[in-house]
Amino acid sequence: MGINRDYLGRTFPVTDPYEVSRVKIAEFAGAIGDPNPVYRDRAAARAAGYPDVIAPPTFAVVIAMAASGMAVADPGLGLNYAMVLHGEQRFEYSRPLHAGDVVTAQSTISGIREVGSITMLTTETEIRTVDGEHVCTGFSTLVERGEA
Amino acid sequence: MSGVTSPVSYADAVPGTELPAATYPVTRLSLVKYCGASGDFNVIHWNERVARSVGLPDVIAHGMFTMALAGRYVTDWAGDAGALVEFGVRFSAPVVVPDDEVGAVIEVSGTVEGKLDGNRVVLGLTARSGGAKVLTRARAVVRLP
Repeated sequence: MGINRDYLGRTFPVTDPYEVSRVKIAEFAGAIGDPNPVYRDRAAARAAGYPDVIAPPTFAVVIAMAASGMAVADPGLGLNYAMVLHGEQRFEYSRPLHAGDVVTAQSTISGIREVGSITMLTTETEIRTVDGEHVCTGFSTLVERGEA
Repeated sequence: MSGVTSPVSYADAVPGTELPAATYPVTRLSLVKYCGASGDFNVIHWNERVARSVGLPDVIAHGMFTMALAGRYVTDWAGDAGALVEFGVRFSAPVVVPDDEVGAVIEVSGTVEGKLDGNRVVLGLTARSGGAKVLTRARAVVRLP
C-alpha cells in the first residue's frame, strides 16, 4: 500500500457546471448557524453591493469537493479514505460566490509528503465561472494516518 | 457576538487590537445538517461506532464546519460577508461532539495582526474546544473600505 507519488502534479478533469442557488446558500448558512441576511435576502445583498445573495466564504468547498473528490477517490492514488482527516485548508478569493453564478472546478495534486506513517496530500482547486472568470482557489491538505 | 456589525474601515483597524471572543455551540444536529448542506457524509461525523473503530474518541465535527465558524467570526467583525481575500487554517485537533443536548462549544478569538496595501487587514485567529486548540495558523485577510 502507500501513496502513488506519480500522481504529484496531476490535473484532473474540469467538473460539470454547478449553478449556485439561493436555496442551497440559505441551507448552507443555516447549517453553519450564520444568520447574516446577505446569505438569504436579495435586497440585503443588493444593499451591500452584490448582484444577488452571496455565499459564505467556506461554501466554496461544496463546489471544490466535486473536483478534489475525483483526485482523492482515484483508485490509482492509493489513499485510504477511512483513515483520512482534513489537515489544512486555505482559500484565495477574487470575489464571493453569488446566486446565479455558474462555475466549474478543477483540481491538481500539488503536494505529497510522507512523514513517518503519515501521508499528507495537497490538492489545489480552481473555481471559475463558465466564462472563465476566477472566483476562488482552494488549497486542501488531507492527512492519512497510519493503520490504527 | 451575533448578527452583523457595521463595517469596520481600514483606517479603524489597529494592529495589535484583540477582538472579543465569540462562542458557538456544536451539537450532533449541527453535524447532520452540515453533512446535508455540504455533501460531506464522511461517517466519522455522524456515527460514533465507526469513529471509534478508526481510533477517534467519538464523533468529530467536520474541519470545514469549524472553519465556517471562524469565517463567520471574521465576516461579523468586518461587517461585510464578502470581504475575505484569503482565509487559511490548520486543523490541529478534532472537535469532539458527544451525543447529548449540550454537544461541544467552539470559542473563536482574533487579533488584528497587520495591515497591507490595497486596504487589506490581516487577522490572526484561534479556535478552542474542549480545552484544545482546534485551529492553529489560522489567518484571514480582509479588504476593508
